[in-house]
Amino acid sequence: MPPNPQSAPPPNSRLWTLDYRLTATAAILAAVAVSAFGGSINAYFLDVAMTAGIAIVMAVSLNLINGHTGLFSLGHAGFMAIGAYLSAAVTLFVGPHLAGPSPAAITTQLIFLAALVTGGLTAALAGFIIGLPSLRLKGDYLALVTLGFGEIVRVVFQNIQPLGGALGLNGIPPLTTFAWIYGAVAVTVFTVSCLVNSTYGRGWLATRDNEIAARSIGLNTTRYKITAFAIGAFFAGVAGGLFAHLRMTIDPRGFDFSRSIEIILMVILGGMGNTLGVILAAILLTLLPEVLRPVAEYRMVLYSLLLVTLMLVRPQGLLNLRFGKADKLKAES
Amino acid sequence: MSDLPQQLLNGLSLGAIYALIALGYTLVYGVLRFINFAHSEVFMVGAFVGCYIGRLAGAVTWWSGLTALAAAMLVCGVLGWIIEKIAYRPLRGAPVLNVLITAIGVSLFLQYGGQLVFGATPRTFPPLFPETRVSLGSLDISTNQLIVIVVTTVLLVALQLIVKHTRIGTAMRAVALNPKAAQLVGINTNTVFSFTFVLGSALAGAGGVLYAMNYPSIDPLMGVMPGLKAFVAAILGGIGSIPGAALGGLILGAAETLVGGSQFSTYKDAIAFGLLILILLARPSGLLGRATVEKV
Repeated sequence: MPPNPQSAPPPNSRLWTLDYRLTATAAILAAVAVSAFGGSINAYFLDVAMTAGIAIVMAVSLNLINGHTGLFSLGHAGFMAIGAYLSAAVTLFVGPHLAGPSPAAITTQLIFLAALVTGGLTAALAGFIIGLPSLRLKGDYLALVTLGFGEIVRVVFQNIQPLGGALGLNGIPPLTTFAWIYGAVAVTVFTVSCLVNSTYGRGWLATRDNEIAARSIGLNTTRYKITAFAIGAFFAGVAGGLFAHLRMTIDPRGFDFSRSIEIILMVILGGMGNTLGVILAAILLTLLPEVLRPVAEYRMVLYSLLLVTLMLVRPQGLLNLRFGKADKLKAES
Repeated sequence: MSDLPQQLLNGLSLGAIYALIALGYTLVYGVLRFINFAHSEVFMVGAFVGCYIGRLAGAVTWWSGLTALAAAMLVCGVLGWIIEKIAYRPLRGAPVLNVLITAIGVSLFLQYGGQLVFGATPRTFPPLFPETRVSLGSLDISTNQLIVIVVTTVLLVALQLIVKHTRIGTAMRAVALNPKAAQLVGINTNTVFSFTFVLGSALAGAGGVLYAMNYPSIDPLMGVMPGLKAFVAAILGGIGSIPGAALGGLILGAAETLVGGSQFSTYKDAIAFGLLILILLARPSGLLGRATVEKV
């Protein structure tokens, strides 16, 4: 039974302003992006910025699962893969049937939107299914099931020949633009922030902080876990769709374990459950390899050292900018 | 399926290697209650040590093979001790999630550090033991497969003896049962943790050499898949149980070889994870594990 909205404590005003500021910033970014369509921006910077946008969507959606609900998921790249493949399939195989040989620009955009939503919904369905075992598993075991799920997704896509099999899917139309990505960023951040700060979202936080206590006051923690998984997976699927139509080619190996790790690193670096920190970490970790290109072979070594050092020295995350009162809402773990 | 006996033999030898690695997971989990993700990288280091010793030895004799095996176990034991000391000990008492993340960090560090030290390109593994093939009817047995099975059996029995019949083994079981009570009766838990890591890592080292002997190409990322599958084997058998790890390894090895020989061979890698999800849903404590009730 969900808690009575009337009796819920008033939301912490500081948190509210912070999250609205977040979404406002994201929306402004998107607006700037639209105006940037004049096309005077260096293509390289534009590409890095778009990659960062996709990383933000991935990291914020994983943060909902890992940070706010406290479910350690190692298979986020699996959801991304599902979204990428399904949306690419829609634009490649379904779209031409619906729109005819030379569709109007608006039709193409609408089909792209439908493709993204399809990818997201399929990923959400997978998230729902993978959320069911979290009914009875926790901690390490859940981490392993999600890891196994990610690997199974990879193997399955390697074996679907119409989707390119092990060679990957090529020739996806380049529909992803800066505006699409930052629109998705704004929607993701806004939705996740609002949900987490809603009465319903408090159920997630309660599940994370103390599952037994949450259950004893009548929260259906299983349902909270599954919704967290499904919503997180939905946005990961959308990010996958954006990624597919940005790179124009996708390959099952591109969504492997190390991709999941990269997203987890963003969440941990930013501080689990801290949306602003996670966004900053996603940007930082997208820029870092670009800056470190001369020493590319040391990148993963550096990442892993960072991970271990963080856990030893600053487990609450490097970019956790919330102090004082709000800090108490942070996960114990 | 006329080649069923052959498949089963191959499965047995693959399963024996999974069992060796699974033992390390099971030991550490039994005593410390966390998944040592870095275990599969210790396994990889074992394979590389075997490779270097094999090159150094030159002539292929039984002694060179045994030396390589022993050296790999020694180096991996030391590596396990260092990992525990540097990465895991400072986190004692920290939340499970932090330890898990650290374990993944250590694992990645060894993988990519290994790429810097050993080079990222796969290299061929030198023959360690003199190899002959024996034909028994339709059965084609290589001595390497027999060595894998014999070495695994010996190590398994040795491990069981250590855990059941030595002082430190008794202490390990005590810590596994209740760390605080063990400390109260004067057991130095730090020593026990270190010893557990050394033991598990040495087994992984042996597993690395044996694996590389049969799949003669090694690279710094080779540990990931066998490591994950061995962990599945450990859960399958019931994590924390030594016979369980052996049983789980054998079942997984057999299942994988059988699927690999059938028309669904491309799904081979998914078998382990499908099995994992099934077992966790149906019987999370594994085949030989005991269900525990969480106390509030």
